Amino acid sequence: MIKELILQAREKANAGLRLNLQEALALYEDNDLLFLADCARRMKEKKSGRQVFYNVNKHINLTNICTSGCPLCAFQKKEGEPGGFVLEETDIAKILEEAKVTRNLGEIHIVSALHPDKPFEYYLNVVKQVRQALPQVDIKAFTPVEIVHFSQMTGKSIKEVLEILQKAGLSSLPGGGAEILSDRVREIICPKKATTVQWIETIKTAHKLGIRTNCTMMYGHIETIEERLQHLFTLRDIQDETGGFQAFVSFPFHPANTGLDYLKRVGSWEDMKMMALSRLILDNVDHIKAFWIMLTMPIAQLALGFGADDLDGTIGEEKIIHAAGANTGRGITRSKLRQLITEAGFEPVERDTFYHPVETGEEAVK
Amino acid sequence: MYSSEEYKEIEKKIFAGERLSREDGIKLFACKDIAWLGNMADYVRQQKCGDIVYYNVNCHVNLTNICTSKCKFCAFGRDKDDKGAYAMDVEDALALVRDASKDPNLAGLHVVSGLHSDWSFEDYLQRLQALHDEFPNLYLKGFTGVEITHFAKISGLSVEQVLRKLQQAGLQAIAGGGAEILSDRVRNELCPNKATAAQWLEVSRTAHKLGIKTNASMLYGHIETLEERVDHLLTLRDLQDETGGIQTFICFPFLPKHTELGKTVQQTSMWDDLRTIAISRLMLDNITNIKAYWVMLTVPVAQIALGFGANDIDGTIHKETILHDAGASSPTALSEDNIIKIIREAGRIPAACDCNFNILRTFAD
Repeated sequence: MIKELILQAREKANAGLRLNLQEALALYEDNDLLFLADCARRMKEKKSGRQVFYNVNKHINLTNICTSGCPLCAFQKKEGEPGGFVLEETDIAKILEEAKVTRNLGEIHIVSALHPDKPFEYYLNVVKQVRQALPQVDIKAFTPVEIVHFSQMTGKSIKEVLEILQKAGLSSLPGGGAEILSDRVREIICPKKATTVQWIETIKTAHKLGIRTNCTMMYGHIETIEERLQHLFTLRDIQDETGGFQAFVSFPFHPANTGLDYLKRVGSWEDMKMMALSRLILDNVDHIKAFWIMLTMPIAQLALGFGADDLDGTIGEEKIIHAAGANTGRGITRSKLRQLITEAGFEPVERDTFYHPVETGEEAVK
Repeated sequence: MYSSEEYKEIEKKIFAGERLSREDGIKLFACKDIAWLGNMADYVRQQKCGDIVYYNVNCHVNLTNICTSKCKFCAFGRDKDDKGAYAMDVEDALALVRDASKDPNLAGLHVVSGLHSDWSFEDYLQRLQALHDEFPNLYLKGFTGVEITHFAKISGLSVEQVLRKLQQAGLQAIAGGGAEILSDRVRNELCPNKATAAQWLEVSRTAHKLGIKTNASMLYGHIETLEERVDHLLTLRDLQDETGGIQTFICFPFLPKHTELGKTVQQTSMWDDLRTIAISRLMLDNITNIKAYWVMLTVPVAQIALGFGANDIDGTIHKETILHDAGASSPTALSEDNIIKIIREAGRIPAACDCNFNILRTFAD
């Protein structure tokens, strides 16, 4: 790597200017973690000051029976395989009863598998059921991968599928399934699910319909560093065009129990470096989320010093990542989340899906 | 370029290589900007130590967990008839090291133990001698200031005489544990039955006079105030000014699980761990090496600590027991390959060393 390029990249990062791919690669190569942290923190503060967001949410995974068989996944089961499950209407009703008494519940997050037999109506009915039981709660559901699957099953266009879901009460899309938006990489880690083009098309269509989404990256598997960084630039280009991304979430790959279990989990150094680099590259995305379920809480808390401004939420019971051997807890209380944010010197702000602050009745601990 | 105006003066001092004051230290603990602290510490590390990160391929030998001192922060010590109490005889200790030495890269031993109610100084010495006789090529680091004070007390010998005997039996460096917080207030409350602050310091001072290098440590995150942390660092800095015999400084975050204090004290956060390492690097301007002890910090924190001023990541350990009794969630050993990977990912050069920081081999690329 040429010295001048690194110097130029550092100057731009330091000034908060827009980076190009070559400069991002230079910063990656330079590997000055604390310099990146400092630049990322300043960009974070420009966007959200000393605020750090969290929400009270609940994850529902409807089924783990999946036709896509992605080598990257530890959650999937084949039909008939032990451990497979599908939630039916009565199971969901039970979960919703619990949700009704969860104080300040702001969001239901629904992400599942591509079940071989369940029709689109099944998913649609879940949205209706949640909407009816919890009229005030935001429903963030279905990754673009699932939306593409619905479209293929029904023969309807992506736009039609999204409109039907929107009408039934869907508020936003989580941005999962992006992995690395490169055909070479997807061919190896997830050959049977939505392609790069399909993922992007779904997201853009959602944004045009006024459905906001998150965007994601799964890194630390077989992708090259250039592919990884290019992925962030792809997301930035989409955002320039539509402005519909609310938050970026990165997932370090957990190899245990997956088809890629010969790989090693990248270290925390790499996690923090990617956190800071994402903040710097995605200069047009408002929020960077430190997803504690993936990172572990200590590292997620540390990420607040590396440009993150959102700790996700209380979560309830999470299944997908724990299937890949994550040893984090399955839920956390809001007071604990507030304490972790305060301890790191930030101001905790409880938010809804759209990052509007909500009244909590709690004073920030000074 | 970095933090608010408030820290400009300190930043200037750091860039000029000037010594920081007690007030500066206290102010650093109030700093909310962790990236700035990390940057400052990393700058000093770079100036002083370059890009090499030390580790050792070692084996911990904890001869016994039977201990009379009953420190409130300890989950390792037992009474003689407690469940899980053990005491290795010579053969047990040799068997452990024979097993560890199946690794051809094993370079040395770290011997730290409880203050056994019945053992004499000779009992400890005999085990050390046996290890040295069978494994003359393994370096021997061991015994904290607390154990050495205890040996002097039970044998009637002076600290100097005890140290000379240990040296004759093969000891090459003294372990850094037992310093906790060198404050009588804290020690009276937490560990009244063992070496006082003055006694701990006296052991180090005497060892340095005899040409034996020592490590130094701080156990934080229990009942001490932040001022007491700073004072502790200054006490060590003064000692180092006087003797120059401290090789590396180790921060131990208190692990409350399974200890008496655990009922009232919460475990430190990663923020606290990293700022404490960074501030140690900044305050201890006369100690070359700062260790990120992965057993206590966990591997992810230890790796990040390499960006916060640390240049030493301890060793492979073979099988750690003291801190795992206190609920440490880290593994009980790390492979050398793993350590090399951790250091490389941080962009540094791994260097295997002995207990006196002599480099045995490096892995430049």
